[in-house]
Amino acid sequence: MIDGLLIGSVYGLAAMGLSLIWGVMDVINLTHGAVIALGMFAMYLLFTALHLNAYLLLLPIIAMGLIFGTLVYWTSVHWVIDRPQLSSLLSTFAVNMIIIGAGTAIWSTSPYNVNFSLPGFTVGLYTFTGNHIAAASAAVIIALALELYLHRTRPGKAIRAVADNREAAELMGISSTTVLALAFAIGIALAAASGALVSTLFPFTILSGGVYQLKSFVVTVLAGLGKPLGALLAGILLGLLEGAVTPFIAVSWIPLIEFGLFVIVLVAFPKGIFARSAA
Amino acid sequence: MKRLALTALFVLALLLTSGFAQNINIGFTVSKTGALNVDSLEQYRGFELWRDQVNAAGGIKAGGKSYKVQFVGSYDDESNVKRVQQLYTRMILQDNADFLFSPYSSSLTATAAIVTEQYGKIMLTSGSAEGKTYTLGNHYLFQMFAPATEYLKGVLDMLKAKDPKATVAFVYEDASFSVAVVNPAKTYAQQVGFNVVFSEAYAPNTTDFSAIIDKVIAAKPTVLIGGGHYPDGSTLARQLYNHKVNLKMITLLVAPDSPQWSELGDAAAGVVVPSQWEPQTVFKVEFGPSGADFAKAYTAKYNVPPSYESAGGYACGLILQRAIEQAGSTDTAKVAAALNATDITTFYGRTKFATAPNEHGLQIGHSMVLAQWQKDKSGTLVKQVVWPLAGKSANLVYPIH
Repeated sequence: MIDGLLIGSVYGLAAMGLSLIWGVMDVINLTHGAVIALGMFAMYLLFTALHLNAYLLLLPIIAMGLIFGTLVYWTSVHWVIDRPQLSSLLSTFAVNMIIIGAGTAIWSTSPYNVNFSLPGFTVGLYTFTGNHIAAASAAVIIALALELYLHRTRPGKAIRAVADNREAAELMGISSTTVLALAFAIGIALAAASGALVSTLFPFTILSGGVYQLKSFVVTVLAGLGKPLGALLAGILLGLLEGAVTPFIAVSWIPLIEFGLFVIVLVAFPKGIFARSAA
Repeated sequence: MKRLALTALFVLALLLTSGFAQNINIGFTVSKTGALNVDSLEQYRGFELWRDQVNAAGGIKAGGKSYKVQFVGSYDDESNVKRVQQLYTRMILQDNADFLFSPYSSSLTATAAIVTEQYGKIMLTSGSAEGKTYTLGNHYLFQMFAPATEYLKGVLDMLKAKDPKATVAFVYEDASFSVAVVNPAKTYAQQVGFNVVFSEAYAPNTTDFSAIIDKVIAAKPTVLIGGGHYPDGSTLARQLYNHKVNLKMITLLVAPDSPQWSELGDAAAGVVVPSQWEPQTVFKVEFGPSGADFAKAYTAKYNVPPSYESAGGYACGLILQRAIEQAGSTDTAKVAAALNATDITTFYGRTKFATAPNEHGLQIGHSMVLAQWQKDKSGTLVKQVVWPLAGKSANLVYPIH
């Protein structure tokens, strides 16, 4: 259960990025998984080059994520944002394939490892690794920082305004283009950060982002679109669910349960399980 | 003028085809990407070293002719069964492969075997231990690895000698190879009197083993046996170590045989791997280089020591070479007959194929060893042979912590 709680917060962070972009821009960002994988490799490269505490390296990775996100926005999202949703879906999918193709060419699909570990603690027979605890704490801190940013700062409020009603926000003098670029960049930076955190827990390949992209979809649907903090909670819920059911069933059944839940929530709570409380 | 041009074209064609007749085309795919990448690359290096050495020595000599070995294909199968099916067909029909080597892994080989058998081509299989494929009545399939049923027998025999009261957990990849290895091992464990306290298969792309590890801890086994291939095996070992699971022995399939395993640091220490071949094993060689010469040439070329996948790849070439030489021809039927009659010891050990129709091509001459990663006096991780006792290079470290 505790393992589930810890890993769940990382799922949550990954999903926050997807949820933010989806909610604000109405774009389903299919580069999400590839960016998570890029975050993993950014951590690997920085860590092997600098040998600093892996969790300090999150800051430059978030900064790189913001820059990369802005770049992707201006090259491949901005031009299709007002077209039917399929356009942005295809456009982000293309970027996804470019990243994965380039990544496969550079790193092949061999597994990589960030060889960094923090001491954990042991309760009875069970040991909780320091990395899991640190990654979960980092995820929660980043999530809370984002929440504060969205509610307490001008650009953050602008993002929320555009998410609520883009036309009204523009009438109030908010430049929606800048805001959309910002939201996209933040979404990408969150994905990269979550990838970086995952890389301190498990070995990874350039294809590893796919699993977390799928989990992010489940989490986003659980939480409802455009509710970053809800996504964190839903992520933790998903982790807890995994932790709670695995002692009783074979691990191979987990995806079935998760995606079963995905369908049920889509049908029964189309606005997410946190819809009422957040409204 | 027209006639002259036609004659010139005809002569050119004749020259070209006679040039091709001096080559033996061998086709195979390599998993350059995908989950099997690490092990497949090692196997490929074995093929490649054999080709380079044979060609440098003047090629394969048969029936008074010398044939240069040429690889056709070496395409990337992406660790994907569908690609294997397309590419093996392509290598036979378009690239004119005379003989084939298998891709890496049991599942890819099973698919390739359907294609090669359909077109009546000989395929030597390496990196493929599952035995079921050989019970299907194939005529041209020859296995170099000791079959899956042999993999864990030695581990259980060794454990019986060391700790007869041990309890066993099986945690293994849900893939054709590991299932084919673990199922008979479970039965054998019970036969020799071990209590199997836990058994679970995991999906091949698993990266988070915490849930399974929690279950293992709850079942309190003395030893853990399982794994599958490199990515999952290395992850499982690392997480078992991080979670400080109290195990006296960990045996994992395939992954710990790779030289890359030592990169796991302390998590790598003590892990046992059933191996088709280790550089320390010494045989009275009847054909080809000695084990030491092979290892030396391999290390010089690739800057890493050979794994058993590399040795299996090289041995594939060696056995095919000998069969062609014995047959005195590259004719499929004659080479197949020579392979059926093969019973020879190379640096890789003994090779003999079953010839009964219900298990034709199954490897019945080769036997396995057990290797364990141990720290030497300077603290460097090295792989030592610990079983069979007659061929050991060090004693088994038990318990590992």
